[in-house]
Amino acid sequence: MARIGVFICHCGENIGRTVDCAAVAQESAKLPGVVVSLDYKYMCSDPGQQMIKNAIAEQKLTGVVVAACSPRMHETTFRRAAAEAGLNPYLLEMANLREHCSWVHEDRPIATGKAVDLVRVMVEKVKRNRALYPIQVNVEPTAMVVGGGIAGIQAALDIAAGGKKVILVEKSPSIGGHMARLSETFPTLDCSQCILTPRMVEAASHPNITLMTYSEVEAVDGFIGNFEVTIRKKARYVDPAKCTGCGSCYTKCPQKKIPSEFDALLGKRSAIYTPFPQAVPNKPVIDAEHCTMLTKGKCGVCKKICPRDAINYEDKDELVKVKVGAIVLATGFELWDHSKYGEYGGGRLVDVIDGFQFERLASASGPTAGEIRRPSDGQVPHTVVFIQCCGSRDEKQGMAYCSKICCMYTAKHAMLYRHKVHDGRAVVFYMDIRAAGKGYDEFTRRAIESDGAEYVRGRVSRIYRRADGKLIVRGADTLAGRPVSIEADLVVLADAVVPRKGGEKLAQMCGVGYDTNGFYSEAHPKLRPVETAAAGVFLAGACQAPKDIPDTVAQASACAAKVLGLFAAPKLEREPIVARVNQNLCVHCRACINTCPYGATQDREIKDRQGNVVKVVAEVNEGLCQGCGTCVAICRSNAIDLDGFTDEQIFAEIATLE
Amino acid sequence: MNSIGYYPGCSLSGGGIELDLSIRGLAQLAEVELREIDDWNCCGATAAHNLDHNLAIALPYRILALAEKQGLGEVLAPCAACFSRLKGTNVRLERSGDLKAKMQTIVDLPYSGSVKILSITEFLNRLMELGLADKLPKKLTGLKVAPYYGCLLSRGEDIVSDDAESPSAMEAALRATGAEVVDWNFATECCGGGFSMSLTDAVLDLSNAILADAKAAGADCIVTGCPMCHSNLDMRQLKIQSSGMGQYDMPVLYLSEVLGLAAGMGCDQLGLNRHFIPAMALAHRFDPPPQAAETAEAVSDQRSN
Amino acid sequence: MSHTQQSELGARIAEQTGMNVLECYQCGKCTAGCPMAKYMDLTPSQVMRLCQMSDEGAKEQVLRSGAIWTCAGCLTCTQRCPKQLDPAAAMDVLRELSNREKMTSPQRRKILAFHKAFLTTVRKTGRMSEFPLVRRYKISSRDFFSDVLLAPLMVAKGKLGFKAHKIKGRSQIKTIFQTCADLARK
Repeated sequence: MARIGVFICHCGENIGRTVDCAAVAQESAKLPGVVVSLDYKYMCSDPGQQMIKNAIAEQKLTGVVVAACSPRMHETTFRRAAAEAGLNPYLLEMANLREHCSWVHEDRPIATGKAVDLVRVMVEKVKRNRALYPIQVNVEPTAMVVGGGIAGIQAALDIAAGGKKVILVEKSPSIGGHMARLSETFPTLDCSQCILTPRMVEAASHPNITLMTYSEVEAVDGFIGNFEVTIRKKARYVDPAKCTGCGSCYTKCPQKKIPSEFDALLGKRSAIYTPFPQAVPNKPVIDAEHCTMLTKGKCGVCKKICPRDAINYEDKDELVKVKVGAIVLATGFELWDHSKYGEYGGGRLVDVIDGFQFERLASASGPTAGEIRRPSDGQVPHTVVFIQCCGSRDEKQGMAYCSKICCMYTAKHAMLYRHKVHDGRAVVFYMDIRAAGKGYDEFTRRAIESDGAEYVRGRVSRIYRRADGKLIVRGADTLAGRPVSIEADLVVLADAVVPRKGGEKLAQMCGVGYDTNGFYSEAHPKLRPVETAAAGVFLAGACQAPKDIPDTVAQASACAAKVLGLFAAPKLEREPIVARVNQNLCVHCRACINTCPYGATQDREIKDRQGNVVKVVAEVNEGLCQGCGTCVAICRSNAIDLDGFTDEQIFAEIATLE
Repeated sequence: MNSIGYYPGCSLSGGGIELDLSIRGLAQLAEVELREIDDWNCCGATAAHNLDHNLAIALPYRILALAEKQGLGEVLAPCAACFSRLKGTNVRLERSGDLKAKMQTIVDLPYSGSVKILSITEFLNRLMELGLADKLPKKLTGLKVAPYYGCLLSRGEDIVSDDAESPSAMEAALRATGAEVVDWNFATECCGGGFSMSLTDAVLDLSNAILADAKAAGADCIVTGCPMCHSNLDMRQLKIQSSGMGQYDMPVLYLSEVLGLAAGMGCDQLGLNRHFIPAMALAHRFDPPPQAAETAEAVSDQRSN
Repeated sequence: MSHTQQSELGARIAEQTGMNVLECYQCGKCTAGCPMAKYMDLTPSQVMRLCQMSDEGAKEQVLRSGAIWTCAGCLTCTQRCPKQLDPAAAMDVLRELSNREKMTSPQRRKILAFHKAFLTTVRKTGRMSEFPLVRRYKISSRDFFSDVLLAPLMVAKGKLGFKAHKIKGRSQIKTIFQTCADLARK
């Protein structure tokens, strides 16, 4: 005989505001099988959990329904409490009165009625639950970090320092990411390369870290503790084992006019190249698109010049399979393309540049050796206009969100310009100054108060190039209540921070969610900021949201802590929500085997005592099964059921609503 | 023979008469019949929407209802303001059934929403497709034109289909005449619109900036599709010049006048003689006086001898 | 939506245009692009700002401003507003209200006089004709002497019709004007 307990949570005001929780408890008490029904302000709190535990012990409950928030939020909490009281945790179910009811309704009586229905459904389900036990799986104690910027480097170094192996995958020829391109960093103005390059070298030389540059993730299979990843090592056309990085090849390469991605297209590189002199590994690759030997079969200079015979024009992409227990995604960001802003010249004005281009102009290793010279004619600009929020906070043409880092780097740009061009005028158009960070507000104030940047509060409506070459910037000074027009020589747009193009593909491979903007979704915005919906996959840096270097590094270290925690135990417990085949009913049509997205269903031979095969049936590998239920749906003889979500349970839920 | 509805609007029988003349001429050339809406009224233009939001819809509603009654599927509204008002009314009626019902009560005429409004650029591009392109014998080679769209042929996302920041609806037609389209900055800047009399100083300022930019870009003339812009840039140019703001002598032509020139139509037929800033000289550039032609012939005769 | 509007002007704008002025975050892009801003006593973004406030002083300041009448309706603000608001449409609502409540700025009475002269001409004849319009405008604005030299030139170019064109459906037009005026009074 079922003895069910129902516990209704008010969730402070979240549920209580629109649902009459006491009434729901009263109604629930009348349901057949329910022996106790209580409501409480915060069921997840210690006294709330104690209430459940006491009822389990005193009333000898066989099942529990907690009607509160989403099970994604607190199912683990309540199941742990049930287990502590001696009840198998899988005999506890949650009815979602918050996301499914109070948050989406306004009418109190109707919402209360719906809440009673939601409880009744779960009571019918839990009556049919059976005790389940977690599944033990092995853990491969190696992590893969995708992305070799500061986020990926930091995560890799911290995991490696914890004694575990790391494979660091980077798609470009060198690690270092965007940070390697920056001139100086806020709020201390220390040189970016000076603080980054030692870490790049450390990552390359650490015995626990395997660097895979010029490589991309092709496929991800498996699950937490047991991922199988296919990585494409792109053809480098240079054998890294032989190459010493002497540089003869790129000095002699006749193709020298290729816009350098590293220099934000302001500088030039050769067809065989390392992105920058401090690259790690410091071994060139050949850009197959621009190398005339590879496109037309003419040239071959680098092969002739190479003293180590490291050049191989026949090189091909290679697919490598690795087994890893955890994945850290650190794929970073790119800048929004301001050519969408027709009113700012639609990308046609060469002296209207983006933040990275200004970084390269200000960088000692950049195309102008650190002198601020505008792209069109190489002149030193006497008036530079900086425009914040370009494509940010613009739901019409750009992104609705604040890109977070632009206020700070624009202040830095204005400062650097004023430090380098003493008689120059720096005008910054801004909407709000968002400088919440240690030493940040002091930094922007310094730009205004002592470094002489003129800050104008207002957006810019239009930029055009007058016949005399001046860029006319039409903005507003909303504090003075007047339109302003500035004659500028250079305009720097603080373009919005957006996720990497094509990042959705990697997310889908890993089972990670992403928001409408394409940023990867964390498991919980406050309490699980580095985990994702996919167990064993973690997020570091700007792939999750716009972030500056300190936040990125902190998040990367947090990822490392999570990975090391996961690797600390030799075995991992998994939820026992898996499919189960009734071998008496299975007719071995193989539909489930063909359809399982995880390869978890397989053949099993049933033999008699003599060892003769009498029957072949389908069987589910508990280690691989993700409990998606596809096999249950496709099985035509109804031989498969999903533990925790059996047909019987679901039919009972539906039937009670009629 | 193709036919199309025609809503000339009030300006075209007064200040914008050249626009009417040149459009009729081109339509005839392309063998398109213009069927004028019977007993049309003013659309309310720049005035009604300031003072009465119902009136601003009701006046265009009557025009649309009359056109529908007359069986006109498409109606050309050459004046940019009329075009904007008429098409804007269509858009708003389509969005709100309540508004439609309200207007039917006010105007006491039914209207289902079937009439499609064409702007001057849409109409002229249509004529080009219908064969006008093959009837432009005269090449306006060397003529540098600054296409000026102003506000109402560039902005209004539900109304104008062109790119608001860099519209191009005039370009193909202008290039077909052999003219050179200059790259300039003020193609979509406002000329001051309907403030010609009530806030004249602002109109002079804004129009002056437009003329200055066209001159700096090396344009021989500005090309427009709006009678209001035309009057501000052409008629008000006299005041701009006499008050010493700048000296331009910049003819301002309707797009239809430029096409008419290329089609070989006469200055009087196009209304070029009615401009305040003389435009005839521009036309004569491509129209050598008979005497000069004879001389040229004589020279070539001598050579062949 | 209207329950989010605390201010009378905000509610009126929401009702007539569907726009929520509270979405304006005062970036100033409307002011930055406005060709008329330099002739205004309030910038367009200040007008939007005041419409967000529910105090009587804010309403007065907007409806008595010259700015709302100085707007040329060029739509640059609307085109470029990153919040997809329509300040140009808000200006229409405010002008209508300013006129109805007789709060129009004396500085901009010529503009109002022109609009009124225009509509009177249309009400009487069904169409706008330059000469009757200009005559009415000059009388009501008492602006007798500007552009007097232009008139003969216009006549010479065939651009100033002396006779007003009267359409047949004049009575319909009068009814339309009357019905709209009645609706406004409600």
